Formats: sequence, C-alpha cells, structure tokens
Amino acid sequence: MNSQTHETAGIAISASQARDNSNRAPMRMQDEKIKLSVNNLNLYYGQDQALNNINLQIPEKRVTAFIGPSGCGKSTLLRCFNRMNDLVDICRIEGEILMDGQNIYDRNIDVAELRRNVGMVFQKPNPFPKSIYENVAYGLRLQGVNSKRVLDEVVERSLRAAALWDEVKDRLDDNAFGMSGGQQQRLVIARAVAIEPEVILLDEPASALDPISTLKVEELINELKNDYTIVIVTHNMQQAARVSDYTAFMYMGDLIEFGDTDTLFTKPAKQQTEDYITGRYG
Amino acid sequence: MKAWFKSGSPWIWLNGGAVAFCMIMVVGLIGLIAVRGFGHFWPANIAQVEIIDPEGNRQVVMGEIVRSQTITAAVARDGGRHVPEGIDMLTRYLVKQGNRDQTGNDFAWYFETGMGEFQYPEDALQIERREWGNFYGQPVSLSREGEVIATPADANFWPLLQEAVQRSLQLYRDIHSIERGAIGRMNTEIERLRLDGRRLELSDPTPEQRAAEEARIATERARLDEEYAILRVELDALYQSTRRDTLRMRMSDDREVDLSLAAIVRITAPNAMSVPQKMAQYVERLWEFLSTPPREANTEGGIFPAIFGTVTMVFVMSIIVTPFGILAAIYLREYARQNLMTRIIRISVYNLAGVPSIVYGVFGLGFFVYFLGGNIDRLFYEAALPTPTFGTPGLFWASLTLALLTLPIVIVSTEEGLARIPSTIRQGSLALGATKSETLWKVIVPLATPAMMTGLILAIARAAGEVAPLMLVGVVKLAPTLPIDGVFPFIHLDRKIMHLGFHIYDVGFQSPSAEAARPLVYATALVLVMLIVILNLTAISIRNRLRERYRSASD
Repeated sequence: MNSQTHETAGIAISASQARDNSNRAPMRMQDEKIKLSVNNLNLYYGQDQALNNINLQIPEKRVTAFIGPSGCGKSTLLRCFNRMNDLVDICRIEGEILMDGQNIYDRNIDVAELRRNVGMVFQKPNPFPKSIYENVAYGLRLQGVNSKRVLDEVVERSLRAAALWDEVKDRLDDNAFGMSGGQQQRLVIARAVAIEPEVILLDEPASALDPISTLKVEELINELKNDYTIVIVTHNMQQAARVSDYTAFMYMGDLIEFGDTDTLFTKPAKQQTEDYITGRYG
Repeated sequence: MKAWFKSGSPWIWLNGGAVAFCMIMVVGLIGLIAVRGFGHFWPANIAQVEIIDPEGNRQVVMGEIVRSQTITAAVARDGGRHVPEGIDMLTRYLVKQGNRDQTGNDFAWYFETGMGEFQYPEDALQIERREWGNFYGQPVSLSREGEVIATPADANFWPLLQEAVQRSLQLYRDIHSIERGAIGRMNTEIERLRLDGRRLELSDPTPEQRAAEEARIATERARLDEEYAILRVELDALYQSTRRDTLRMRMSDDREVDLSLAAIVRITAPNAMSVPQKMAQYVERLWEFLSTPPREANTEGGIFPAIFGTVTMVFVMSIIVTPFGILAAIYLREYARQNLMTRIIRISVYNLAGVPSIVYGVFGLGFFVYFLGGNIDRLFYEAALPTPTFGTPGLFWASLTLALLTLPIVIVSTEEGLARIPSTIRQGSLALGATKSETLWKVIVPLATPAMMTGLILAIARAAGEVAPLMLVGVVKLAPTLPIDGVFPFIHLDRKIMHLGFHIYDVGFQSPSAEAARPLVYATALVLVMLIVILNLTAISIRNRLRERYRSASD
C-alpha cells in the first residue's frame, strides 16, 4: 500500500510539472460553460452493451481526455459525439447527448450538419488521395465554397493553425501521401480546423506517431483549445496528463471517474482509477 | 534427402519449374504464330525444275517451294505412285505453282524421283492478281492497244511494265473511289427517297401534301438519275482505259497467256531481288495485309476490315459495359443492404462469368436481335420493312452481347476495388460533413478507378478474343462496308462487321484453298494477339497513371 502511494505521487509530480510548463490555473468544473452533456447514454452492439449509463459534462474550450484500457468504450463514446456510430448497422443508442442544449440524436438533426460542427481526427492519418491543398479545401468545397481567394485564405490559415504551413507552403499541389506520418496527422487536423467546427474529437491522434511528431501534435492541441472544445481519447496517461484539463477514466463500458486532470491523477477517488494510473492493469 | 526436403529446395524447384513450363508454352505459342505468320510476307524465290516421270514424260514445274516432306516409299506406293525398288525414303515437295485459271490447281506435291536440279531463272515473275490467285511465268512481251511496245530484251521493259502497273492501279483506285464514294452516296439518297415514298403510302396525307411530296421525290429522282448518267459515262471511260495494256507471259509448260494489266496488283521478280529489295517488298506486303480488304474469298489481300471491325466492336462494348458494370458494383457494395438477397444477386453475377459464351450468342440472337431489334424496326424503321434495319445481326447487337458477357468481370473487379479502400478514408470524409453520396463520388470512386480499369482490361481481352457468340449476332465472313464511314450518321451500329477471330475460323476452315489460307491463318492470329496486347497495354498504362495519382492510402 505504501509503495503504491509512492508511485501515485511520482505520476502526480510529472503531471503537475507539465501543468507548470503550460502555466495554467487549476480547473473547477462549476466555473465552466458546458458544451456537451451526455445523459444516461447506453449503447449496444447487437446484444452486447458497450456503454453503460454514461453521464458526463464536457466543458467548452477545454481539453477533455478519455483514458482507460483497450475495449473500455472510450472511442465508442467519442464517436457518439459526431454520430460516427451510425455507420455501424448493429449499433443502437439510448439516452441523449446535448450540444448547447440541443439533443444531437434528435430526429430532425442533419447528421452532415452536425459533423460540420463536430470535427474528428482519427488514430491513423487518413488524408484523401488528393493534393495537400485539396485535402484542406475538401470540407469547404463540400459546402459549395469555390472562390479561389476564400479557399487560399482558409487553407493558409488552417495549415498555420496546424503548424504545418512552413513545411508545406511550397508544395501545396503535391500528393498528401508524400508527407510523413506526423505531417499527415497535422494535415488531417488542419482539414478538420478548416471548416471551423465548434468541437474537435481526437481519437488517439498520436498513437501512430514518433515522439517528436507526438510532441508537435500535443503543442498543437494546446494551441487549439483557445478556439475549440477538444475531446481526446488516449492510451497514454502521460499524454492525458500533459494536454488535458479534464479526464474521464472508463472501464468495461462504465464511466468510473471524471474530474479535473490534476485531481484525477493525484487524488483519484476510486480504487480502480488508482490501479489503472499506477499501472496495475491496462 | 530428408534434410533436402526440409530445406525447402524442392518447393523452390517445383514452383520455378511451373513458371518455366508456363513461359515455354507462351513463348512457344507466340513464336510459332510469329514465325509462320511473319514468314508469309517474305518474297520467296521462284524455283523451276524439270521432272521426268517413269513413263519418260517430261514436265517442267515452276513456283514457290512451300515445304518438303520425307515419307516412306511404302506410303508413296500405297498412294498409287511408282517408286523404284531399293528406295526406302523419299522426299516430296509442295509447290505453289499458281496459274489456277490455266491449270486448275495452284498447289501440288511433286516427288524427288526423276527430278532435275532446281533452277532460279532471273526473269521468273510472280504476278499478284485480283482474281485467280498468283501467276508464275516468264514474260514475253508488253502490248499497248494490241501493239507490242516492249520485250524483255529491251532495256526499258521493266520500267515500262512497272509504269503500266502503277497506271492501272491508279485507275482502279479512281474507279473504286467513284463507285464507293459518289455512287455509294447516290444509292443512299435513292434509298432515302424510296423510304420517303414508302412512308407517304403508310401515312395518310391530304391530296395536296401527297402531290407535293410525290413531285419532290420525282424531281430528286430525276436529278440523281442525271448525275448517275454522267458518272456512268466517266466510269465506262475509266474501265475502257484499264484494258489498254496487256502482258504476254509464258508458263512453265511453254504455253503463252495474255494477262490484262487491269487485274494485276503487283509484279515482282523475286529471283532477281537483292536482300534489301526483298525487305522493302516484305514491308510493302505486310502493310498491304494490314491496310487493305481481303480478296478472293478471303484467301488473298488484307484483313483491314476485320481489324477495324474488332476494334470498333470492342470500343462500343467498353462504352456499354463500363457504366453498367460500375454502377451495378457501386450499388451492390455501397448502397445495398448486405443480406441474403444481395448474396444471391452476387452469386448469380459471378456465375454469369462461367456461362459458355455461345449461350450468350443464342440469347443475343433471340432477345436482342429478334425481339428488341424487331420492335425497334417496327417502331422507328417501319418504312424500310420488310428489310430489317436493327432486326438483324449487327455491330450494336454484337457489342451488346459481349457487354453482357463481360459485365460480371467488370462488376467483380470494381467491387473488389471498392472493398479494398480503407474505411478510414470513408470516415474521414464523413467526419467532415460529407454525405454518403459526396463521399462516394469525390473520394471513393476516384480511388477505385484503377480497379475499374483492371476490370475493363480483362473485359477487353475476353471480348476481343471471343468468336462463338459473334457468329450469331453480327459478324460475317465478308462485310461490304466498314461500320464507320463518311456517310451520315457516320457510325453505323446496324451494320454487320468482320472480326479477326471469326476471320481466322473462316480462312482456316471454310476456305476453298486450304494451302493458300494456311499462312493467312497464322498471320491473322498474330495480328489478333498483337491487337489484344496493344489494347491491354493501353488500358494498363492508363491504369498505372491513375494508380500513381490515387495511390492507395495503405501503400
């Protein structure tokens, strides 16, 4: 028991160090404006229940991380926010998710419109087989924007926002597949940013990247949270500690604990959370 | 030994051997076709030989030695041939002696017994004619309007002869262009007037309209008749002019024959030619083979209409099969709910690929030609009935039948291409607020184009080589016109076409002269193989370019 506390303290130190570096004030949920609110969410794949009665509030312009072992349902929960689970035929959802008070599972919600407001970045970089420019412009072209001037402006702004502009400004017409993995992932983020969503969902965005690219993506997340509400799923607890303001720990489809990142990592309320963050399992 | 098995070497040898075996088969096949096919165009020397048979009759034979064969004396004796005692094996030669109009058989076997030395007289001529095949002999004199103007002894005999041949060829081309061009157009117009008249009878016009229409038809008719009379006079003059020169030739049996230059395509003296001259001649003949229509029941001349017909048919087929196949595959893979019904549909489509092609031919004839074509004729070409327009085999029905035949290939490969696209790309597009159809048309379909091209390549290879169904739905032995020409509407989908595959069958097995046809079978087969290779290479290069552009994300 003693040694366990010790380890917990070790993690807590590294987490608070990251905090110090970014110079942030401690977070308090009651001060936040709530962007997304999950109420009594149950999700089934056929007969199997994947999410059990989830209740969660995600604050605006903050980074919220979902952590937990593989198969705990964190990615599934993330995909509920932009209704990506609709693509799975056998998936069934009960309960509601409110975005600015509006249930996104309401019958008269336009899913394409919702996804324009809730962008998503996937685990593996998935640029389209087009030029770098066209990748970023894709979302705008879908909305019928074809003016060269507007597109140029948005492409530059988005690539700058994704810290990619300086690396690719001379080869915007090259195929996106020619970029490195880390660049591709930032391109995909730029693509998501280009359509100016309100929320950006990141599904293990750095798991396929090398440490330097990971660092760049993390810095980027820090930048982006000034303008966007960010929800990130990650395997990597240090990463969660470094980038997030709030953290949710999930296990076997249950939301075990949710709170501000400092508290969760230093003084977890639940034994299960403590076991996980100290490396007992996961 | 056991260690050798364990080392895996036997597998490597086995696999390598299988590859080597396949390569030998392919190279051997192509090699055989190429040697036999290309060899045909080389100007062979004309041999002359004296044969004295056992009864003491002397016979001189002149012609190209096609091949020789060594047979046992017993076989020769069984064949009713007298062979002196003491000879076990003897050689016989197949001689292409031409002169079918004079001697009746242009190919004959001669035994070596009693045969003298082969001689190659410098002045032996090979004359290609428009009728009766080749003529072999030695020139005696060239006459113009019945007067001898040159004999081989004169220095200017050869130039004069070639000049006369060029002139008659030019006249022939002029006649041909008038007959095909102006008179062909006139025939089309006369046919149109006839149809106008027929339409007038079928409809129920007022008397004034009827009178006006009849008057119009009559004037146009008169105008055409007048134009035709002028052309007729011109043509008669040309025909008269072609009969100006005659060439007197001596055959190997010393008989002399007068040949009108009007019927001569080419005169060569292969024995007197140097190797470069022969090469030039070779190229000329090869080009003629590729660029001219056949003569003499397909045993002479070229195969251009067959090449043209094959290519046109494959193009029309591609235009039909590509959209249908791709749309069907997209629906099956992207939109249809994956249940028992789609599985049944998919299995049916896959099985269609295994149906024997002749079955498609029968279906095409019964459904497309007679049912669809018959109804089209009744609805749109009523005036032309009872002559069918679309209710008879033709280019369109042949292409449509082949499109049906190759549809499964396109569907299967397109489906596979769509299935191979990583789902992350789809999700990436959907996550940006694209609808399903936007994702499909802007991202998925462009990515699947290489797979679609692969399907099309396989379809083309299959369709270009298909023969059996085509015999029922539109390919004929000899088509008088090409499916594309200068007469409105330029592409004549109702016309019958010639096809290389069918041409091989026809020349090889339906031809009156098997020996004359044999090299043409190889040459045509070679052209067919090369045509398919060219079509495939074109499609493959397009596919590779697309692949480069839409390199798959999984690469």
